[in-house]
Amino acid sequence: MGRITLQGVQKSFGPVHIIKGADLEITDGSFVVFVGPSGCGKTTLLRLIAGLEDVTGGAILIDGRNVVDVPPAKRGLSMVFQSYALYPHMSVRGNIAFGLKMAGVAKDEINRKVEAAAATLNLTPYLDRKPRELSGGQRQRVAIGRAIVREPKAFLFDEPLSNLDAALRVQMRLEVTRLQKQLGTTAIYVTHDQVEAMTMADKIVVLNGGKIEQYGSPLELYEKPNNLFVAGFIGSPKMNFVTGELAKQQGATTIGVRPEHLKVERDGQGGWQGTVAVAEHLGSDTFLYVDAAALGMLTARYVGELDLHPGDKVSLIPDPARIHRFDDSGKSIHA
Amino acid sequence: MARMVTTRNKVISTAAAWLAGFLIFFPILWMVLASFKTELEAFAIPPSFLFFHWTTENYVTVQERSDYLHHALNSIIIAGGSTLIAMLIAIPAAWSMAFSPTKRTKDVLLWMLSTKMMPPVGVLVPIYLIFRTVGLLDTRSGLIFILCLGNLPIVIWMLFTYFKEIPKDILEAARMDGATIGRELIYVLTPMAVPGLASTLLLNLILAWNEAFWTLNLSTLEAAPLTVFIASYSSPEGLFWAKLSAASTLAIAPILVLGWFSQRQLVRGLTFGAVK
Repeated sequence: MGRITLQGVQKSFGPVHIIKGADLEITDGSFVVFVGPSGCGKTTLLRLIAGLEDVTGGAILIDGRNVVDVPPAKRGLSMVFQSYALYPHMSVRGNIAFGLKMAGVAKDEINRKVEAAAATLNLTPYLDRKPRELSGGQRQRVAIGRAIVREPKAFLFDEPLSNLDAALRVQMRLEVTRLQKQLGTTAIYVTHDQVEAMTMADKIVVLNGGKIEQYGSPLELYEKPNNLFVAGFIGSPKMNFVTGELAKQQGATTIGVRPEHLKVERDGQGGWQGTVAVAEHLGSDTFLYVDAAALGMLTARYVGELDLHPGDKVSLIPDPARIHRFDDSGKSIHA
Repeated sequence: MARMVTTRNKVISTAAAWLAGFLIFFPILWMVLASFKTELEAFAIPPSFLFFHWTTENYVTVQERSDYLHHALNSIIIAGGSTLIAMLIAIPAAWSMAFSPTKRTKDVLLWMLSTKMMPPVGVLVPIYLIFRTVGLLDTRSGLIFILCLGNLPIVIWMLFTYFKEIPKDILEAARMDGATIGRELIYVLTPMAVPGLASTLLLNLILAWNEAFWTLNLSTLEAAPLTVFIASYSSPEGLFWAKLSAASTLAIAPILVLGWFSQRQLVRGLTFGAVK
């Protein structure tokens, strides 16, 4: 079991309010990703759940029990750190076994569990090596092994993949997701990478300035962002925002259209007129950065190759069903 | 071509390093050689490097004239005692500053270091008077006390930089793994800090062993360590180079042996923090 509930959780460091009241319900077995720009409080929120920081106010419930006064060791959670935080003087075996040893588990049971965890993570050949003799990816695996072997109520991941190179990151992303599904353990995962968030999460928590902006499934966030911030943060490339007369016609202060919902027409007449400033040809996609005069710079995505070059005139036609509307305060207007 | 230049550079830099090493080592070598010469040969000009009458008579004389073992024992007690006490005070001090720093931690550290900027002679008279009043002159405990205080800032600084290098994440990982504070200390912190503790201990031991200002000024015979033993060969009856060299060789021998066997730790200690 691993149901985690946050009730009005607050955290301040002196006069600085880092978390300004967070309410959240994380169901057992789900994979929840905290995402947001740096300094939004996502790591702090994770550390509050872990017990590595004390809350200033509010309650944290694990399986219905308030744990704000329970030390981290007794919360039954395990954590994977960004820096891996392996014990440098212990072998891989010692690292993975440490938590079990602390819990007073019998020796042969420790061995059995460590070997099972190592087998799951393809670490068996490295069990007797020291962390410094391992590559980054292997170290990350050891850190994960240390977390899973204790069969915790939930895994807490603090940007675990950000020290890996791009190719390895994609591979580990898949492995972590698969492992979590296989074990069925609740996981909270902190990242600033919205692609990681979209691909791994059952549910995403978008944080900004110490507040939860929206909590929902990846596609909910993509299709129905609550506000300008979530709309701009989720999706890559970023959503285009247009203000002024055009927005007013739609009964909004700002309207937003995702790059993939702009139809590109060469020398077209309708839609929004502009000149290509930069064209990125990826083969599978073409990204166009279009200077649309009063509307500003717009980004458009075309699936496949489109033979356009800087200076070419294009018109961008937004898909009317996919226009997001926002009011004065930046909140979404739902029809 | 590029490879040849690299090889040549390598040869040159190796030669330069050997030369520098030899220059630094030369006074010690010369002292050891002089200790085996007769007094006449010891200050002969031109000096003879290896072809002289090798003799051990200086060592015999030194041993007859003064009690080497007595001074050596004092050195061991004073250097060892002051180092141990300094470590006992410095470990918790450095620990708390490294792991729960406050706004003033940096100031405290700088203030401690600033005490080393004052020349000791500036406080010689008051310290001497205090020592005389409380009866600490020419006592081992007095020297232990003063050397301990003198080296404390350096010991704290060294330990602080060591502890600072232990990533907080690892301690937190241990906490998440269910370790209590005590077990965190035994299984995680201490094993990681041992190299740092060892090199700090060694360096401080050497500093205390070689300390001459306070030992020469505050002791005469009873508590006099090897520094006083050496000094006793320099003044009253003029300079006796060969005997002075023999005494010096005897005095530095123990610490030289210790340093030789622990050079890896020492180098690590002196360059620690320079590169990760």
